[in-house]
Amino acid sequence: MQHTLFPAARQRNLRSRALILSAVRGFFCSQDFLEVDTPHRIPAPIPECHIDLVHSGSWFLHPSPEICMKRMLSAGFERIYQICHCWRDGERGRLHLPEFTMLEWYRTQADYTSLMDDCKGLITTAAEAVGINGKLVRNGNRISLDGPWEKLSVREAFVRYGGIEAEEALDRDLFDEIMVRDIEPRLGVERPTFLVEYPAERGSLARLKPGDPDVAERFELYIAGLELANAFSELCDPVEQRERFGKELVNRAGLGKTAHPLPEKFLRDLAGMPPSAGIALGLDRLVMLLLDAASIDEVVSFTPEEL
Amino acid sequence: MYTVADLRKGLKITLDGDPYIVTFFEFSKPGKGQALYRTKMKNMINGTTLDRTYRSGETFEPAHLEERTMQYLYKEDTNYTFMDNQSYEQISISEDSIGDAKNFLIDNLEVEVLMFREKPIGITTPNFVNLRVTKTDPWIKGDTTGSDSKPATVETGYVLRVPPFIEEGELITIDTRTGDYSTRVKE
Repeated sequence: MQHTLFPAARQRNLRSRALILSAVRGFFCSQDFLEVDTPHRIPAPIPECHIDLVHSGSWFLHPSPEICMKRMLSAGFERIYQICHCWRDGERGRLHLPEFTMLEWYRTQADYTSLMDDCKGLITTAAEAVGINGKLVRNGNRISLDGPWEKLSVREAFVRYGGIEAEEALDRDLFDEIMVRDIEPRLGVERPTFLVEYPAERGSLARLKPGDPDVAERFELYIAGLELANAFSELCDPVEQRERFGKELVNRAGLGKTAHPLPEKFLRDLAGMPPSAGIALGLDRLVMLLLDAASIDEVVSFTPEEL
Repeated sequence: MYTVADLRKGLKITLDGDPYIVTFFEFSKPGKGQALYRTKMKNMINGTTLDRTYRSGETFEPAHLEERTMQYLYKEDTNYTFMDNQSYEQISISEDSIGDAKNFLIDNLEVEVLMFREKPIGITTPNFVNLRVTKTDPWIKGDTTGSDSKPATVETGYVLRVPPFIEEGELITIDTRTGDYSTRVKE
């Protein structure tokens, strides 16, 4: 049969992608995680200022499986993971697809440091599945996977690479610009970097650090300048969570964006959620990284433009 | 009107009254942060580049550029005069806007003149032009220095490398995109 749709390189990438997916499942199985499959279509997602939703009737296609997975933790599941498609309207670029594949996992009785160990184990295992042992090459950089991975605080990163205090960047409304332009490209170029301890107002659904309430226990994993995953020590306080949702709704309104209903059942169940840690990893980006693909388009079967 | 999400490499927009061409464009979104659009743009009049990052919702006016076919007439001081092939109107373009194309301008050559708001901002010559060699050293038969090219001056004053067999008075074809010798023209 003649394959004219995909160039040979993309066909090879799709085969390697399947190997990586299989290795990911093997890793979680070996760590005693349960694979779950929660609904993709939901009535009330988490309100986030900068995530625009795709409508599906009067409901929404989920932008991440976070709500349902956390409710499962409240219901007694201890270690769960999910690989699923997620939708975020308007996100399209070299690293973005409006429909993409997310790998999300949660551990109860754990904080975000345990997720760092998971990341290292998972990515090393996935790399081995495509013949990468210890050293990853991307953009001409050799990135060492087998040594210790770097932990860098957001505070330190702003001073070191941005030449400005993170607090000042927030006050002057330059946080995202400096992050994208000056900081991200320099993260994870020799070894993977966990960018840790976000300013409290960028904490999202993360709990504040005990003893240092100015920062939240949140990290982002970067390899070769590529943002791969976002992790939290989960906030388990429904009162504080509702307050933060309220702020997001106010911010959304300020940008002229529509409000949608709050996820009340999630807030109700949050009261019964044990201390937990959770992380969302962009699976397409992991495949990009391991196959040294320049664009996310090279590692998926179809882009929206090809449909 | 374009929104920032419409920007693409090669798109031409108006910024601060000048036409710019987008030379780099990338959608970025730091974790949990806002959508940002990183761009590099080149001013089509003076060639300066801008490095700018935009947020969602920014809008841009397209740059309405028009190409007109014109004939080169003559040069006076540092200005070049052209005639519009349709209206017979004559216009004058400064040497700065002509750029390297001045090396290939011979009388009556047809060029495309790029107009922005009724002002000429640049010209495009045909990919190949024929120019007469006005000065070059003669070919010494049996030359063993091993050199496979020599300098030659053409009628516009432009100097380039040509093969050793090219002689003064001959017509040669030049690739205007690279400025290099292409072939000898048989007359």
